[in-house]
Amino acid sequence: MLSKKEKKLIKEIWERLTPVAEEIGSDALLRMFTSYPGTKTYFSHLDISPGSTHLNSHGKKIVLAIAEGAKDISQLTVTLAPLQTLHAYQLRIDPTNFKLLSHCMLVTLACYLGEEFTPVAHAAMDKYLSAFAAVLSEKYR
Amino acid sequence: MVEWTDAERKAISTLWGQIDVGEIGPQALIRLLVVYPWTQRHFGSFGNLSTYASIVGNAKVAQHGKTVMGGLETAVKNLDNIKQAYAKLSVMHSEKLHVDPDNFRTLAECISVVVAAKFGPSVFTPGFQEAWQKFLAVVVAALGKQYH
Repeated sequence: MLSKKEKKLIKEIWERLTPVAEEIGSDALLRMFTSYPGTKTYFSHLDISPGSTHLNSHGKKIVLAIAEGAKDISQLTVTLAPLQTLHAYQLRIDPTNFKLLSHCMLVTLACYLGEEFTPVAHAAMDKYLSAFAAVLSEKYR
Repeated sequence: MVEWTDAERKAISTLWGQIDVGEIGPQALIRLLVVYPWTQRHFGSFGNLSTYASIVGNAKVAQHGKTVMGGLETAVKNLDNIKQAYAKLSVMHSEKLHVDPDNFRTLAECISVVVAAKFGPSVFTPGFQEAWQKFLAVVVAALGKQYH
């Protein structure tokens, strides 16, 4: 359960990171592809090499969606409805992979925010990303 | 047997060489207890862990964090035989401490986040992260090996 304070903190962090969505997103994706090569299988139709256009645009897309959800966490299911459908019926990414990307996203945030990524922020962020992933897979079955 | 590339060996020794266990260890354990509060079940004898401030200020938490992180030295020195090197510790965690091995995985994730926060993206590159996480995964597996 995210407290009011945590929701505010998450909203603030993603608001600040929206201008660098491409950098954050591509970094997290690259970390995931490097540490968990199985995740690359979902991107065989794209060029996801470091610095590639696809990696950057895809990373940006993902971060912007996460930031959008953070604007009003209590409305996550409404905000993510179209993405729920996309992931359930078209992409069909195995939900265990969401955990892998979430972990890499936490590492990316830690890298870029350093000390500012306090244990409290880390806890809130982990909860938010878990909730995000859960909502995303709601239409799977 | 685990195969390590030269790049992985280099990444692990580079990172380990710059890690201060007295600093990173406590921070990692604090994160475990704060981000995953149910892990506090293993630390009943540590006193007050009821608030964020009490966890951060708890001397036993700090000492234990240092001990656990220092334990990785064994793995760094025995990269090609981690399973054997941790056999006794594995038995202890199973028979004496009764720790669910899943917790090792969770602590490993916390360690990686702390290392990332400390070193930033230019040192803790995707490549270094891969090697470091592989290293921790091998340690985690070794610690869970003697459970039955």
